[in-house]
Amino acid sequence: MRFLFLIIFLSTSSLAQQSSGDSYARGQMIYADFCVRCHLPDGTGETNLIPPLAKADFLKDIQATVHSIKYGIHGPITVNGVQYNNSMSPMGLENDEIADVTNYILNSWGNTTEMIVTEKYVKGIKETK
Amino acid sequence: MFFVSLNIMRSQYFSYILFIQVIFACGQADISISTSAHKNYTIELIVPDLKIPWGMAFLPDNSLLITEKEGLIIHFKNGEKTNIKNVPTTYLRGQGGLMGIAIHPNFKDNNLIYFTQSSSVGSDKSGGNTALYRAVLQENALQDISLLYKAEPNTKKSVHFGSRIAFDNDGYLYFTIGDRGNRDVNPQDLTKDGGKVYRLTESGEIPSDNPFVNVLNAKTAVYSYGHRNPQGITKHPVTGEIWIHEHGPRGGDEINIIKAGKNYGWPKITYGKNYTGTTITKDKALPGMEQPFYYWIPSIAPSGMTFIYNSAYTDWNGSLVVGSLKFNYLERLTLDNNRVVNREKIANEIGRVRDVVLGPDGFLYLAVENKGICKIVPNP
Repeated sequence: MRFLFLIIFLSTSSLAQQSSGDSYARGQMIYADFCVRCHLPDGTGETNLIPPLAKADFLKDIQATVHSIKYGIHGPITVNGVQYNNSMSPMGLENDEIADVTNYILNSWGNTTEMIVTEKYVKGIKETK
Repeated sequence: MFFVSLNIMRSQYFSYILFIQVIFACGQADISISTSAHKNYTIELIVPDLKIPWGMAFLPDNSLLITEKEGLIIHFKNGEKTNIKNVPTTYLRGQGGLMGIAIHPNFKDNNLIYFTQSSSVGSDKSGGNTALYRAVLQENALQDISLLYKAEPNTKKSVHFGSRIAFDNDGYLYFTIGDRGNRDVNPQDLTKDGGKVYRLTESGEIPSDNPFVNVLNAKTAVYSYGHRNPQGITKHPVTGEIWIHEHGPRGGDEINIIKAGKNYGWPKITYGKNYTGTTITKDKALPGMEQPFYYWIPSIAPSGMTFIYNSAYTDWNGSLVVGSLKFNYLERLTLDNNRVVNREKIANEIGRVRDVVLGPDGFLYLAVENKGICKIVPNP
């Protein structure tokens, strides 16, 4: 009986891990298709032109991060003390895709985040001007 | 002994051939870009408050049509913006949007305009691909809208829709579609859309002398192939040739002069690499594939292009200008004897230059992301 609980415990924990891992893997593919040209494979961006994602303080605000992917950014933002005045158009991603790519960005290139962004969370982010 | 010397001779022969190829492939002189010491022009913001103005076309009354990537066609006249009605729905994803726009060479008699957009019409598959439309522009609305071409299949891939439009001196329409993120399948296969320059009649028919009309299962609208993602097209003011440029991967943006039936090589040959820095192909040149007129390393992310002629800028006539999305300037290329001999930054740090046209008044107009339409005025 104990053994059975152990099995159930192990399988559920690995399931949870697997689902966040799947989201990360799907996010990696979306990143390679939508983001990599500007933000580069290592998330470093371009000096003074494209803000970095790797170790970017901007990403600490997960709501703002999701908002920027969902609705785009037009105009000045400050990342790690540097101002960027550029334009990123909304990518037209589905909410589940935005969740996946956010999970990838928040956990790559030295970034770590405990929260797992879900489709429901992305759906709840409404456009603010 | 004999075999050894033969082998040596062989290897010498091959290295000679290799050497010749390398010379041929790397024949482009290294021209670094400069900024003019004295700036003899000023920049005026003509149309403010645009997000991603993608394309421009002047009408005979000097008013301006502007496409906004998110799906609008804006008519700017007497200082006012009006959204054109009845624009078909844009499939907005990644680089897709409402893109190229051009007017019929005889617009003043027929009011016809042409535009390209990413669209989900056509195949049942979800996603989108590039569509070319023609419509009559009447009192700021589109009438008699006809879909002249729709690339297949739809795909959810985010990249490389093209797409620009130009007419040649015989009235044929050329437009471009990028490889749609499927470089190993589309650009080298004539039976597939994507990675091509297309040629149609003004009403969307396939010209009977298009190069692949007799090739089994070929997309007969195709005029040239082996392209990656062309987002600039213009007619040479003297020769009438159609010139394009195309985004390379990491390095290897190209200018190409389009010739019927030619293969421009992508992804079999390129001067660029993958974004990760890994190799796409070792070949920069192969038999049966065209070399670019010019290539950029590093990439400038070229968008929009026009020749300067009969312009308001006496010093710049004969130049080719290209917008740079990546480096936020307009690049002026001086040509001599069919080569690029000088490169200069114009409007440095203006923002992402998405399109450039020469207006009927002889001035250059730039479509700048997150800004609007700017006019370059020479100082008196």
